[in-house]
Amino acid sequence: MNIKSQKDFVSGVMFMVVGAAFAWGATKYSVGTGARMGPGYFPLMLGILLTILGAVVTFNGLVIERVGGDKIGKWAFKPLCYIIGANVIFGVCLGGLPSIGLKSLGLIVGIYVLTFVASMAEAGWKVKNTFILASILSVISYLAFIKLLKLQFPVWPVYFTA
Amino acid sequence: MDLIANLSLGFGVAFTPINMLYALIGCVLGTLIGVLPGIGPVATIAMLLPATYALPPVSALIMLAGIYYGAQYGGSTTAILVNLPGESSSVVTCIDGYQMARKGRAGPALASAGLGSFFAGSVGTLILAAFAPPLTELAFKFGPAEYFALMVLGLIGAVVLASGSLVKAVAMIILGLLLGLVGTDVNSGVARFSFDVPELTDGIGFVVLAMGIFGYGEIISNLSQPEHEREVFTSKVSGLMPTAEDLKRMAPAVLRGTVLGSMLGILPGGGALLAAFAAYAIEKKLGTKPGEIPFGQGNIRGVAAPESANNAGAQTSFIPLLTLGIPPNAVMALMVGAMTIHNIQPGPQVMTSNPELFWGLIASMWIGNAMLVILNLPLIGMWIKLLTVPYRYLFPAIVLFCAIGVYSTNNNTFDVWMVAIFGVIGYAFVKLGCEPAPLLLGFILGPMMEENLRRALLLSRGDWSVFVTRPLSGSLLAVAVLMLVIVLLPSVKSKRQEAFVEE
Repeated sequence: MNIKSQKDFVSGVMFMVVGAAFAWGATKYSVGTGARMGPGYFPLMLGILLTILGAVVTFNGLVIERVGGDKIGKWAFKPLCYIIGANVIFGVCLGGLPSIGLKSLGLIVGIYVLTFVASMAEAGWKVKNTFILASILSVISYLAFIKLLKLQFPVWPVYFTA
Repeated sequence: MDLIANLSLGFGVAFTPINMLYALIGCVLGTLIGVLPGIGPVATIAMLLPATYALPPVSALIMLAGIYYGAQYGGSTTAILVNLPGESSSVVTCIDGYQMARKGRAGPALASAGLGSFFAGSVGTLILAAFAPPLTELAFKFGPAEYFALMVLGLIGAVVLASGSLVKAVAMIILGLLLGLVGTDVNSGVARFSFDVPELTDGIGFVVLAMGIFGYGEIISNLSQPEHEREVFTSKVSGLMPTAEDLKRMAPAVLRGTVLGSMLGILPGGGALLAAFAAYAIEKKLGTKPGEIPFGQGNIRGVAAPESANNAGAQTSFIPLLTLGIPPNAVMALMVGAMTIHNIQPGPQVMTSNPELFWGLIASMWIGNAMLVILNLPLIGMWIKLLTVPYRYLFPAIVLFCAIGVYSTNNNTFDVWMVAIFGVIGYAFVKLGCEPAPLLLGFILGPMMEENLRRALLLSRGDWSVFVTRPLSGSLLAVAVLMLVIVLLPSVKSKRQEAFVEE
């Protein structure tokens, strides 16, 4: 059978898998009866419903004709990795990573690292411009978040301040 | 009269310097993100939620509300000058607004959008003030069965009126409801779907979910498309004042847009976007008088009506939130999050237990609208300059503010991992054509729905018929079913798809 809409087919399968997983997980909690619902009752109901809807979406994806096959298209792995990566590295800079013995590097280092990593997501980035941008963002963030909103962040690396 | 007494209480709260300041900050931020394409009020409010911990609740809500309606003003500027919707609710403004700008009439187009929005915002605020108390009275008569039925209606309404595939949208709601259930069950104390991760026993963080899916998901999909060439009509904005002829034409359009927007804003799933679409459609249906420029070529009515409607809709969509505690759209879902952060349980009791907050918020909206007219008309030049900043410099800043927002929620690296996961999921949703807004609504309503379902069935001793035999709950569910049936009728189905296709 041909897939008529790739988007619908894949999302339908996704809904079915997630729905079934939730429903299966829910059976491990006490389900109870309508009058005295256990913690598993509502998730079990929803899980089954999601699986059914997923099946309908998958079916639509197989049956309803679309122009151009409704393709998912290429995944933009480059921006995906850099943007998510920038966020993760920023978190590591702020919070440190005890498992490898890294202590907090603070907000300012985090901002520079994040700006550079995030900028790399786009093809035409330049070191100088990114550096200027990171410096501007550092000043703004320091004033807005640390001075004005008084968020409890480590600003400088623990190695310096301690 | 009660209304006057209430409003004066509200203005008393809103006119304090601190609240005026936060209203201004909210409006400036709202205009800013409204002007900039690629970042919307949902992501911005999610970003700022953690930062509002330190503020008094009234100021926090005033600021966040300002972002939402401020974005409606800002969005029109980009639509008119660049032919890009700065905000999704300004999509239709592009059609005639940009044509007016090309003909050198950007000034009157901006003015009609700004003045129309101000009028609509003022009316919307009044409607909010007038209708909130009676609706609250009604809400006190609601039992768990009615609340459950109302939430079903709200969720169904949200997807029926939204664009895209209906089945997929319903599936997204259910997925949201399920995600909302992760964490400790309040009745039994069992930690559900937590995989023995201690952080997950508190449930999935609201900020984390919203930021990952709306913030990162959107940035990634923006970056994967080549940047559009922007043609900005910066030099041509001269002479803001519309002519007498313009005024005569736009006045009735503004009125119609306001009425329509106010009505659609109250409906679940309504709000700014739908109101703008509907208002433009009606103006077009009414046709043009002889001597008037046709629609699509720079008719001022095509700017005034949708811009008034989206602003009126933005104001009145607060009604279901403030009276019933049920968010009609994704932005209002975030407002629920904001209220819970400050230990305010959204619902009918807010008006009696926190009258300063309730009326202060409403009064601040009028003040905010007045500020926005000043921000957007005389100071338009400032925003136009912003439009010349390329996305290359904007997105790292957006990523940074998201990251700071996430980290500051709990000062915890766990949230950073979670938001990374949701960012990937959010991008997957974009690729698969699944709209994320229903998911967010479901996520907020999940625990509330389960709680009310349990209570209703406990009271009826497990008899499900309670939902249809109680008149209020029965009729709410009937409306929900009716809405589904109407949308699934073949003739309406094709019309609905047509209505959401850009012309």
